[in-house]
Amino acid sequence: MSLPAYTGPVGRIWHAAFIAICCLVFIFLMAPILVIVPLSFNAEPYFTFTPAMLRLDPEAFSFRWYLDVLGIGEGTGANRGYEWAFAARNSLFIAFFATLLATALGTLAAVGLSRTQMPFRKPIMALLISPLIVPIIIIAAGMFFFYSKVGLAYSHLGVILAHAAIGTPYVVITVTATMVGFDETLIRASASLGAKPLRTFFRVIMPLITPGVISGALFAFITSFDEVVLIYFLADAEQKTIPIQMWSGLRQQISPSILAVATLLITFSVILLVAVELLRRRSERLRTSAVT
Amino acid sequence: MATVQQPIIIDGRPLKEQLARAERRKKYVAFAMVLPLLLFILITFAIPIGSMLFRSVDNPRMITLAPQLTAELSEWDGQDMPPEEVFEAAVKDFKLAAEAGTLGRIATRVNYSMAGARSLIVKSKRKFKNVTEGPYREVMIKADKRWGELDTWKTLKKVSVPYTPVYFLNAIDRDLDGDGNIVKQPSEKRIYVKLFVRTLWIALLVTVLTLILGYPIAYLISTQPPRISNLLIIMVLLPFWTSLLVRTTSWIVLLQTQGVLNDLMVWMGVISDDGRIQMIYNLQGTLIAMTQILLPFMVLPMYSVMKTIPLSELRASQSLGANPFITFFRIFLPRSIPGIGAGGLLVFVVSVGYYITPALVGGAKGQMISNQIAFHMKSSLNWGLAAALGTILLVGVLVLYWLYDKVVGIDKMKLG
Repeated sequence: MSLPAYTGPVGRIWHAAFIAICCLVFIFLMAPILVIVPLSFNAEPYFTFTPAMLRLDPEAFSFRWYLDVLGIGEGTGANRGYEWAFAARNSLFIAFFATLLATALGTLAAVGLSRTQMPFRKPIMALLISPLIVPIIIIAAGMFFFYSKVGLAYSHLGVILAHAAIGTPYVVITVTATMVGFDETLIRASASLGAKPLRTFFRVIMPLITPGVISGALFAFITSFDEVVLIYFLADAEQKTIPIQMWSGLRQQISPSILAVATLLITFSVILLVAVELLRRRSERLRTSAVT
Repeated sequence: MATVQQPIIIDGRPLKEQLARAERRKKYVAFAMVLPLLLFILITFAIPIGSMLFRSVDNPRMITLAPQLTAELSEWDGQDMPPEEVFEAAVKDFKLAAEAGTLGRIATRVNYSMAGARSLIVKSKRKFKNVTEGPYREVMIKADKRWGELDTWKTLKKVSVPYTPVYFLNAIDRDLDGDGNIVKQPSEKRIYVKLFVRTLWIALLVTVLTLILGYPIAYLISTQPPRISNLLIIMVLLPFWTSLLVRTTSWIVLLQTQGVLNDLMVWMGVISDDGRIQMIYNLQGTLIAMTQILLPFMVLPMYSVMKTIPLSELRASQSLGANPFITFFRIFLPRSIPGIGAGGLLVFVVSVGYYITPALVGGAKGQMISNQIAFHMKSSLNWGLAAALGTILLVGVLVLYWLYDKVVGIDKMKLG
């Protein structure tokens, strides 16, 4: 922020201090991510920078933890490669189907909630958003008893349903947000041109809300992909995912392979973040061009 | 002079009626679109949680496992020693339960309310085995003299009621004594009120810390041109999108005694190698990690309010002679309060129920109420107490949620 010419010396010092504070906060915000990436290339099984690493000695860096994770290295016990590969497959499988379910149900509901004729709009909205607010431990405890009773505990289906339930609020929120700028006359126009409601939904509504739907789906995906507590309560070894593998690693003996996995996950979230950001801009563009 | 208007008739029906019908149809269509998700959330989410919470008062174990004893105990007034029928029912039910293999569960349930009850009941199993006729009272007292004490029977009567307030009382460090009075738990068992207070305290500290750290950067972002502000927003969003476990792992790596930060301080000579600071596995660790993890939840709502404050007003204030401090406190701060409210409530409500981070970096002193609920769910298996603690937590969170709706409005909740 460039200062106006009339700023006095006190103002300038204050401004410099303000910028310095902001830099420190950004360092605090980014530090965990920035530290873990170089450490994952540590050639030694330590969780700190070795003197050789600080000298940028190429000998001090290696891919050994990545090789372990990929199952090519000499990792032992819970860090054997196939354990991580198995967990990754489970994670992707569960997250994919949970996202599919959450997106389908959430999008339909959000379109319905955006209609002006929707009865009991506020209380229903409050209920549908509540999985975002209710503490995860309470959700886990509730689902644990219920799923045990109906025989869904310790199954992939149970975990998928549970993850879909906590993912839907994101879809409802993002799609409702894109529906705010939606011009309802388009629906009438489509109907007057002879389209049936279903055709209107897929040919008129869907293309306009797609950015919101996809970004909601990405939120639901990352929610499931990163979820530990429900799996800890509802699943066993058969449904082990990457987060649960990390969780048990962190609670027992922490191995540098976890840092390699963490770095891979950070890369993954960067990709997802960029995708959501691009979608958001596209959606904003669509909305502003619709108004003008 | 008013003229009576003829209703407009189209296709043999008044237009008004047709319009009302069309509106009604639209209402049904809108509702039908919401219905699948509504049912899904009700069945997989709301009802399971509701029935779990019901366990906090539900007390079916004695009734199903020792039906005769429960029936006899409910007849007994609980004042003097129980009559022979109660003793008879106890021996018969315990024998039946021992055969069915459920005596251990009865013993566990009684043990929640009376220390030593488990061994008393399990020990009596062998002694009652060959008893087929009375007087049962003498048989029981001979087996263990505690069966001759009034308090034992009062405890049994207490645990045999179908609905019990005991779990809720335990959750606030109280208990029922033999006469049904509410008494304080012995001091070594009084942990939950302290834990609730600590949970609220941690949530409040995290809220204040995120506000102090988040306000300057939200202000900075909102006053930058789009090119720079977009970049800064991405820097706020990236931690938000990074796995919670990854960030918690990083904090362990950064803060542990052999970790990066301690190494750095030793290397710079701030502390000696023996004087490494314990920054994790305590309250401090929980606070640092939670503040970083929840900072985006504070910054984003504040930013979205701040960017609507026109910068021209700030310039106008300054051109009218106000110095930058007055401009900030009189013009900018009051208009940013809705953002503070939205961010603060969100951070508070999310941090009250935090579980993973305290479990991994909190040590003993940094645990929150969720960790205790998990302990009773997974380890001690005292599900009634877990449900009671959970109910109190949930009610608190729902009150905050309601407040959030009043102050901010849930349909204004935005992501990214």
